[in-house]
Amino acid sequence: VSEPGSTTGLIADTLRTSLVDGPGNRFVVFLQGCNFDCVACHNPQTIPGHAPVDGHVPIRRTVDSVVEEIRDVAPFIRGVTVSGGEATQQPAFLRSLFAAIKADHDLQRLSCFVDSNGACDQTTWDRLAPVMDGAMIDLKCLDSEIHQSMTGRPNDQVLVSIEHLHRIGLLHEVRLLLISGVNDAPDLVERTGRWLATVNPSMRLKVIGFRSHGSRPQEPPLVEPSQEELGEAADILRSAAPFEIEIV
Amino acid sequence: MDMTEFQTRASALTQDLTLGYDQKVRMLAALATEALPYPELSPPCREALDKRVICDMYEGHAPFTPRYVLPDYERALREGIDFLELEPPEDLDDALAFLQIMYAHVPSVTTYPVYLGDLDSLLAPYVDERLSDDELDRKLRRFWIGMDRMVPDAFAHLDLGPDDSRLVRAMLRVERSVRQVVPNITLKVDPDRTPDDLIEDAVRTVFETGKPHFVNHPMMVADHGDGYAAVSCYNSLKIGGGAHTLVRLNLKEAVLRHQGGADAFLSDTLPHYVELTAELAEARIRSLVDHQRFFDSHWLATEGLIDIEKFSAMFGVLGLAECVNLLMVHEGLDRGGQARYGHDAEADALAVRVMERLAALVAARPVPYCQGGGGRAYLHSQGGIDIDDGVTAGTRIPVGDEPALLDHIGTCAPHHRLFTAGVSDIFHVDETAVRNPEAVVDVIRGALAAGMRDFTFNLDDNEFVRITGYLVRKSDLAAIADTGSARHTSDHLAAGSEAAYHLTQRAVKRIGCRELHPK
Repeated sequence: VSEPGSTTGLIADTLRTSLVDGPGNRFVVFLQGCNFDCVACHNPQTIPGHAPVDGHVPIRRTVDSVVEEIRDVAPFIRGVTVSGGEATQQPAFLRSLFAAIKADHDLQRLSCFVDSNGACDQTTWDRLAPVMDGAMIDLKCLDSEIHQSMTGRPNDQVLVSIEHLHRIGLLHEVRLLLISGVNDAPDLVERTGRWLATVNPSMRLKVIGFRSHGSRPQEPPLVEPSQEELGEAADILRSAAPFEIEIV
Repeated sequence: MDMTEFQTRASALTQDLTLGYDQKVRMLAALATEALPYPELSPPCREALDKRVICDMYEGHAPFTPRYVLPDYERALREGIDFLELEPPEDLDDALAFLQIMYAHVPSVTTYPVYLGDLDSLLAPYVDERLSDDELDRKLRRFWIGMDRMVPDAFAHLDLGPDDSRLVRAMLRVERSVRQVVPNITLKVDPDRTPDDLIEDAVRTVFETGKPHFVNHPMMVADHGDGYAAVSCYNSLKIGGGAHTLVRLNLKEAVLRHQGGADAFLSDTLPHYVELTAELAEARIRSLVDHQRFFDSHWLATEGLIDIEKFSAMFGVLGLAECVNLLMVHEGLDRGGQARYGHDAEADALAVRVMERLAALVAARPVPYCQGGGGRAYLHSQGGIDIDDGVTAGTRIPVGDEPALLDHIGTCAPHHRLFTAGVSDIFHVDETAVRNPEAVVDVIRGALAAGMRDFTFNLDDNEFVRITGYLVRKSDLAAIADTGSARHTSDHLAAGSEAAYHLTQRAVKRIGCRELHPK
């Protein structure tokens, strides 16, 4: 059995400080590799089979080396978020990284979050639970067929993950990425609100408008929703339950 | 200045259609002291001043007030003021009126008070649970409007914190609601005493009005004791004391007059100019104290609300970035401009060497009437004035050349402990922070832990534009462009800087500050 600190992960990139990856200022690790192939992905280079972005070659790194990088910026951050790619595709690294942070006297105050597409089994979450402080889950679409067309995979695991994470007290928020004409039909949004309300009627929700900048060109091109359309979607969601909603 | 020049300049002021009556009176007074002889200086000191290697901030030829005065408002409220025939206040209304009256009589180089008090603690004795939040806000709001209209100068500064209280929350609330240029505000932050959600409340206030600044309370207390305040822009001084004068050394100009490498600069050129700067301070202080005899005559002194023992002078520096970058060239280490301040470990290390040497020289040079600083001038990283061209304020990294936030902090933080009388590095924060104010709280805590004395940030795309330490509203600047006049004296200063720095056309919104009338 190897030491947790020597566990390695295939890492696409790290960010020393981020204002947009969870509560407070956070260090972010982007893991390489994803089990989805989303049309709207902003980091397509992390998906196998897609071209790497100039100068960003994924590298295999140990937990210890990432922990040292975190230590460097620790006074400035509230926590660490592991994103991707899909973070849960490298569960051993994820678990070891969080465990190392929690075991470190100087770093244990940092919260450990996962930014995930939710497509993993319950066991993965249960193993992470002792060292994880919260998960932010993307729900690409409640309708499994549309989900399949958007991501290449059905959404059954995603829905179970959301329910399960709420049950074990680790669901920080659910993000809904809306693309005009793809997954923003009012009745679909309404059904989504009703389903989320059955999980937790006071859930934190982020309604995120798709932005073409950084994503792959599509034919026909994906359409960015307007601020009004996002506001309308938020209103529909609110009619289902008193969610805490932020529009991005 | 001969009589013809005096008359020309005086006429220009009296006939200026853009200045208000009050602004004319103050500028004419400043002009009058320029007609008096300058305090006696040695020829090398005079030459360095004329060439602006060293600078007196155009404070005038016969200083008859200290530059910055920090009255002991707490004592005034407790004991009353004979000179103003004011009894100690008995309730909040009395106290607010008392302070407002007092502000009208507190001098400084700007002619307005630069310190308005540690307002939350000053007013705490007059607020109890019988006063509703609504009532409290209404009274404070009226007071806030009074400050802005009666002390129309963005250098007027009040302090809050470090402890949380009903009053500090109410004041931040009122500040957000009135959206004024005055008062400038500092929140004292003690990492152990100031709760996150108070810092967050203050961060949300910055999003609205560009204020407050955040200062490192434990570092300030270590340097000044408990009785300190941040005043004007980034000047930290003793309450009941202040700064007689601010003189500054332009390190870029010093290095331009230097042949040879860094070692020779530190051993010869720098001590030479430090001595000339100190001589200038000394001459001005003696004029103020011995010849104009401010402390023998002013009621603040005679009633014990200020004490000359708590005063010192401010020894300002600017142009560290250019100084270091030029020395890197002299040393042949600049790698074609790649190895420069803020972007190279060697350059940053050289900057620390220059500043530590300078601090040691200032600490070794006695200056009269500076008991507040242990008989020495306080070191100050000077924020620049509008005539500065091609030289970077204080110890900052040149505008537009700043590295990423944490690297920026890493370059600047080592200098902060040296600047007893204040230092500023201004950080720009992306608008996304509005959705995540906690993240800014984290950065502030980190910056203070890294040894920063002051943390000031601007939000991109804010109506309030920071002219280093003080603020103007973009709409007021636009009005000056249209009509030429402004209610706040500091707006005129900003307009001068605006013209020089094309403030509104550039992405990075930092420009020099000028604490006197425009020339």
